[in-house]
Amino acid sequence: MEYIPTPSQTVGPYLRIGLTEKNSIRTIAGPNAKGERVWLKCRVLDRDGAPLNDAMIEIWQADSAGKYNHPEDPQAKTSDPACRGFGRAGTGEDGGCEFETVKPGRVPGPGNVLQAPHLNIGVFARGILLQLYTRIYFAGDPANEEDPVLALVPEERRETLLAKPDPTQPGGWLFDIHLCGENETVFFDV
Amino acid sequence: MDRLANERSIITPYHRHPPGTQPIRAYEPYKSTVERNPAKPLIFLPHTLSEITGPVYGHDPIAETDNDLTRQHAGEPQGERIIVTGRVLDDNGRPVPNTLIEIWQANAAGRYLHQRDQHPAPLDPNFSGAGRTLTDENGNYRFVTIKPGPYPWFNHYNAWRPAHIHFSVFGRAFLTRLITQMYFPGDPLFAYDPIYQSVPDEKARQRMISKFDLELTQPQWALGFRFDIVLRGPEATPFET
Repeated sequence: MEYIPTPSQTVGPYLRIGLTEKNSIRTIAGPNAKGERVWLKCRVLDRDGAPLNDAMIEIWQADSAGKYNHPEDPQAKTSDPACRGFGRAGTGEDGGCEFETVKPGRVPGPGNVLQAPHLNIGVFARGILLQLYTRIYFAGDPANEEDPVLALVPEERRETLLAKPDPTQPGGWLFDIHLCGENETVFFDV
Repeated sequence: MDRLANERSIITPYHRHPPGTQPIRAYEPYKSTVERNPAKPLIFLPHTLSEITGPVYGHDPIAETDNDLTRQHAGEPQGERIIVTGRVLDDNGRPVPNTLIEIWQANAAGRYLHQRDQHPAPLDPNFSGAGRTLTDENGNYRFVTIKPGPYPWFNHYNAWRPAHIHFSVFGRAFLTRLITQMYFPGDPLFAYDPIYQSVPDEKARQRMISKFDLELTQPQWALGFRFDIVLRGPEATPFET
C-alpha cells in the first residue's frame, strides 16, 4: 500500500447544509420497481435512549433480483432501472427518517452461500468520527437462518439487526439503531 | 477466467485501515462521542459483494455554479477568495474518476447558515456554504470558495474549531465512503482540537491538512490550496479483460 487513506472526521451538527437539505434521497426504489414494496422507518438513539436529531442514515442495497447497480457485480442479470439502490436522509426531532424501497433479493456471499435479504447501512452524526456500519435484515425471513454474516454475530445480539413489521402499515418495517447502551445495535468492522 | 464459475464467490476485498490512521471512535476529549458510539467491540466483516459495491451512478446532476461557492448569489461573499483543488486517489495510487464530492463550510466570520448555529457572528447574504462536483477522468476536482473562519463550540471551556471545510466523497464502494474535514496549514488551533487529535497517527492526521500552493494561486485573484484525498483501494489489481 503506497498511501495512507485520509482519516474520517465527524459530519458535525450542520451536515444538513451540504448533504441532506437539497440532496436527500428517500426513494431508493420507486413505484415502478419490481419486488415487494417496503416503507422503512428508522430511528437513531444514543446511550440513554435519547433520539438524535442531527444524524444521517445512508442505505445501499441490491434490487429485488439480488443485483447491485454497480460494475463490480459479476452476476449475469440486468439491474432494475427503477431501483436506485442508494438512499440517504437526515433524522428529525424524533430521531427518525423514512425510506421507500423494495425488499432486496439474495446476493452472493462467501463460499457459494447466498446472503439473506439485507440493507447496508452507514450512520453519520455529530459525535461519530468514523461512520458506523450496520445491516438491516427482515425479521421472519427464513433465509436469515443461513446468512453467513448473521452467523458471525452472537445469537443473542442478532435481534438488533432485524427490522420488525410495522403493525400500523402494510409493507411497513421499523428499525431502531441504538448507538450504545443496553440494546446496542451490532456494528461491523468493515 | 471463467466468470460464471466465479461469480458466486470471488470478489476482491479492500485494504483495511492501518492501525491508528482513523479516529478513535469513543474519544473522551470529544465528549459527545461517548454516548454516541458502541461500547461493545465491532464484529469483523469479511468483505462481500455488499461492501465492495456502492452508489456510483444516479446522483443528481451538478449545476454550473455548484463548484464555485462565490457565484451562487447576486453579489460576492465577504472573505478571502480561495481555490481548493486536488485529486481523489485510492491507496494503490490509482485515480478515482467520476466520483461525487460534496462540501459544506462556515462563512468567513465562522458562521454556518444553519438554524442551530448560535455563534454571534454575521451571516453573509451572498454565501450559502455548500458545493458539489464530480472528479474528472484523472480523479481531479476543483472548487472556488472563501476561507472559512474558526468558530467556538461547547465541548470544553474556550473550545474553538480550527478553520475547516467538510468534504464528503463516495469512491467506488460502500466501504470507501468518506466524510472528512480539510484543514489549513499552520493553524494554531490543531493542538487544542479533539476532533483533529482523535486520529492517533501523525502522518495520517497530516493528510487532512491542505497545502498552500503558489502554482495554483492566481495573481490578483485568489490563493490556491491543494488537498488530495486517499480512499481505501482493492487488495489486488482486478483481472482486466
